[in-house]
Amino acid sequence: MKVQSSKFKVQSFALGVGLLLLLAATIFAAALLGSEKLAFFDLSEQQKTILFDIRLPRILLGASVGASLALAGASLQALLRNPLAEPYLLGVSNGAALGTMLAFVFFSQIEFARPVMAFVGASLATFVVYQMAKSGAGTNVERLVLSGVIVTTFLSSIIVLLTSLIDATKLRSFTFWLLGDLSQATKNGFYLSFLAVLIGTFILMRVARALNLMMIGERDAFDFGVEVKKTRLAVFTASSLLVGTAVAASGSVGYVGLIVPHLVRLATGGSDNRLVIPFSALAGAIFVVLADTVARVAIAPRELPVGAITALIGAPLFIYLLRKS
Amino acid sequence: MLEVQNITIGYGVAAVVKDVSFVLTENKILAAVGANGAGKTTLLRTLNGTLPVSKGEVLLDGKNLNDYLRREIARKIAVVAQENETKFPVSVLEFVLSGRFAHGNSFGWETENDWQIAENVLEMCDLKSFENRLMNELSGGERQRVLFARALGTEAKILLLDEPTANLDFAHQALMFRLVREKCNTSKAAAIIITHDLNLASEFADEILLLKNGEIVAKGEPETVLNAKNLRDAFDVEVLLDAHPISGKPRLTMTYGS
Repeated sequence: MKVQSSKFKVQSFALGVGLLLLLAATIFAAALLGSEKLAFFDLSEQQKTILFDIRLPRILLGASVGASLALAGASLQALLRNPLAEPYLLGVSNGAALGTMLAFVFFSQIEFARPVMAFVGASLATFVVYQMAKSGAGTNVERLVLSGVIVTTFLSSIIVLLTSLIDATKLRSFTFWLLGDLSQATKNGFYLSFLAVLIGTFILMRVARALNLMMIGERDAFDFGVEVKKTRLAVFTASSLLVGTAVAASGSVGYVGLIVPHLVRLATGGSDNRLVIPFSALAGAIFVVLADTVARVAIAPRELPVGAITALIGAPLFIYLLRKS
Repeated sequence: MLEVQNITIGYGVAAVVKDVSFVLTENKILAAVGANGAGKTTLLRTLNGTLPVSKGEVLLDGKNLNDYLRREIARKIAVVAQENETKFPVSVLEFVLSGRFAHGNSFGWETENDWQIAENVLEMCDLKSFENRLMNELSGGERQRVLFARALGTEAKILLLDEPTANLDFAHQALMFRLVREKCNTSKAAAIIITHDLNLASEFADEILLLKNGEIVAKGEPETVLNAKNLRDAFDVEVLLDAHPISGKPRLTMTYGS
């Protein structure tokens, strides 16, 4: 038996190190690519400014946002026993977006009002979707997805109403932001998002083993010693924090929380959340940095919103997963 | 080990279990039988704290059940409930290991001891060759055996089994009861089993709890509980009663109202 458990540990360790190296390589490559190609050495002052003040904050924020969304997706899926749960599809991202917009319209002077309001919006949306999807037997797949659609469209219409209050010159950047856009990245945005990733990862790793039981069934988990309500609250809080800070900084980048945990489960060959959660964070970071690099480079010097790239990949996968379940 | 004192579950006329008392002691198997809707499952669910009592109390090792933490209860009481399907790929071995949750901290990994125990119970339950199969690929009966293996793996002293043999073939029904008996005899454990198979209950249980509409109609040894009058009372059926040729326990044969 020793053999099997230690072999399992070696494999997991190798996968973790592999993902870390891949993340470093991706960030490095992304830093050199762009409408202004940068070399390794002998950067001019102007190029240094591009690298350190524009490109790196954007790349790092992308990594942080990717990690956030993938963490939220992986943990919500386990909690709701539903591989299709995803912050964007559940309307949680839209809740955060509405919060951000309200902060922008009413408290535009206070920078930190945006992530705070985004967190509140994400929490409320999570709560409403969960209450709508809950039935006697727990949540079922279709009911959850439908509840998500309703909340999403409802919040979207309020967002559209709000955009009419925004002055026309800012409208284009707002439309981009709504689709998920990293071009407005700032260092502060990155710091805050990264802090949320650290806190979120910590909370979620604390409940990862409990989530393995929750994934089997809430009553099962209860029978075998899990504090079900505390675990649910921990996941809802962590995912709202992660999605809130991510959306406040970059808008609604969709499908990351769907694609990444799915691939990670394939790679680990199982559903153990103690592996799926941390590996999803790393893989999510890689995925969004890659997607954003494509968004920057594909039609340079013009840019695409990164959310358009992730949705292009995510929507077909969603259909595939829905058919499979 | 488990003392149930005058418990009522639900309120007034809607009460599902009414004023039920019994004691579960070491080395005993107690079978709860009764018609559908008699309150058996509700009663069982209350004994590990899933459902609250509206009157009376449940004492676990002398202490009120409400005064325990979830994981403390889970270390003392293991449940085999009606199955629950998962949409994620979980292997049989992982599933059995999940039952060890209450023995570790929530952050941690399984210890070598946990792995060893999981291997042992899989072996005992005739599931060794299944350990890498996925739960959602198994048949109903196979899944039920895994649920039972997971409960054994918790090392809890009290087993609460809700129709654990419903989907099992003859050989595995007998194996399961043998394992429960063995555990009760050798490690000071006890079990409560809900079953509709009165012959299995008669053969394996030390005591039978006969329920009707949430109340206890009769309790005691199979010989005293399983008589024509009680069965007519609880199930509204006529049965032929004789003795099992080997064990001498009551044996029931349905007459199907002819």
